Amino acid sequence: MIQALSGQLLVGLINGSFYALLSLGLAIIFGLLDVVNFAHGAQYMLGAFVAWMAMQYLGINYWSALILVPLAVGVLGMVFEQLVLRRLYGLDPLYGLLLTFGLALVLEGIFQNAFGISGKSYPVPDLLQGGTNLGFMFLPRYRMWVVVVSIAVCFGCWFMIERTRLGAYLRAGTENPVLLQAFGVNVPLIRALTYGFGVALAAFAGVMAAPIYQVTPLMGSGVIMVVFAVVVIGGMGSIAGSIITGLGLGLIEGLTKFFYAPASDVVVFVVMALVLLARPAGLFGRQL
Amino acid sequence: MTSALEHRDELLRLTDLHAFYGESHILHGIDLNVGAREVVTLLGRNGSGRSTTLKAILGLVSRRTGSVMVNGRETIGMQPHRITRLGRIGYCPEERGIFASLSAEENLTLLPKVGSDGMPLEEIYAMFPNLLERRKSPGMRLSGGEQQMLAMARILRVGARLLLLDEITEGLAPVIVRTLGTVVRGLAERGLTMILVEQNFRFVTQLADRHYLIEHGRIVDMITKNEVATRIEALHRFLGV
Repeated sequence: MIQALSGQLLVGLINGSFYALLSLGLAIIFGLLDVVNFAHGAQYMLGAFVAWMAMQYLGINYWSALILVPLAVGVLGMVFEQLVLRRLYGLDPLYGLLLTFGLALVLEGIFQNAFGISGKSYPVPDLLQGGTNLGFMFLPRYRMWVVVVSIAVCFGCWFMIERTRLGAYLRAGTENPVLLQAFGVNVPLIRALTYGFGVALAAFAGVMAAPIYQVTPLMGSGVIMVVFAVVVIGGMGSIAGSIITGLGLGLIEGLTKFFYAPASDVVVFVVMALVLLARPAGLFGRQL
Repeated sequence: MTSALEHRDELLRLTDLHAFYGESHILHGIDLNVGAREVVTLLGRNGSGRSTTLKAILGLVSRRTGSVMVNGRETIGMQPHRITRLGRIGYCPEERGIFASLSAEENLTLLPKVGSDGMPLEEIYAMFPNLLERRKSPGMRLSGGEQQMLAMARILRVGARLLLLDEITEGLAPVIVRTLGTVVRGLAERGLTMILVEQNFRFVTQLADRHYLIEHGRIVDMITKNEVATRIEALHRFLGV
């Protein structure tokens, strides 16, 4: 009984860690660029796949991939922002949504074409194999690592945004980019870097996910729907909100799996509907 | 002190400047120039295009044509952040533009330096003691007067030499207006160049070297400091006061 419950809670915490990492990136991008980045799931998939390919073809191990893959995918994101996405700033946000949705379909299509839809498996690094028996449950070491690192990265991002000068630029730019640029800040550059950073976070989550989930071309499209619900519940653009909501909803999902498993796939959306009824701007969003 | 030559150094020259917001054509060919250490005002009724002139200088309109020479360089095709740095411009917008989610001190120190001779933080706090007291408060909690002080203070810190000040006395209590008057006079004495958009004519008559009169997006007249006394009637008629 307690074993099953704590097992589901751990799964919930793991899922929640990924929700938090992904919704954080979405929130940052939405805040500064006003773009609902529908390609976020595909960029997460890209992170996992590039890590798998790097190991398969270049012999790059997990630890190097954890650094190199987010960098590479983040740079790709910046190229996309510079070539295409920035042309849509100032237009109806719907255009950005459609463009990034199109990008997601293109990326997923390319990988399906090349690798099919069956999953590739990515080994857990040697250092993080095995686990600890806590008596009431078995705690795999890699899963513990995912939770700790995700929380650390989320906190690091929160700190950078809320407490540093660079973050102050980001917050000011989120509020009034035109005025910030009039003060001499290179806002177009900050936009490109921000998009690259958000995409790199998605790719980082993808590398972290590779040893846990199957690496498949559609792995992102499944998780992204939940992540959008997380962002809506937390409040569009709220940094702390998206982190806390991500972890919290993972846990709620886990609990639901334990008490009434059939509802676990929809519980997030039920919560979203309830929150929107009570607080239309989300739990942590500024009320309009 | 200031040599005649230095005084003629031109920081800004607008020639046939047109500006648009979307489809609406706001400025219909503005011509004006501002020399180093000069204080000029843009006078006119609401909607005549005074604030838009300041925005158009910085490139903050959706489209502008004509010529905007800053320090002798054409900026009509430049991005706003480059114009600001090139002209060492400090901009105080009409709505004050305090970032609500940043603390007072973050607002104060946010702007990148555009020159090396900015005012040190201690001096700024000595000038505006309220801001020192309120430095941890979020921008959205500051009173209108505090926001205006902050909007002025932050452009003093960055070492700007051309200040664009849009209606800085608007809606403020007389005591705060007096403080701002002292500050602006002090800045003029330090040799800063200023363009003031001001509804409060008395606030600027003693201060400004020249006044540009704007109507329907065009400069219709220019009055120097010495002419103000003789033309005060016409001025009042023009401003509708």
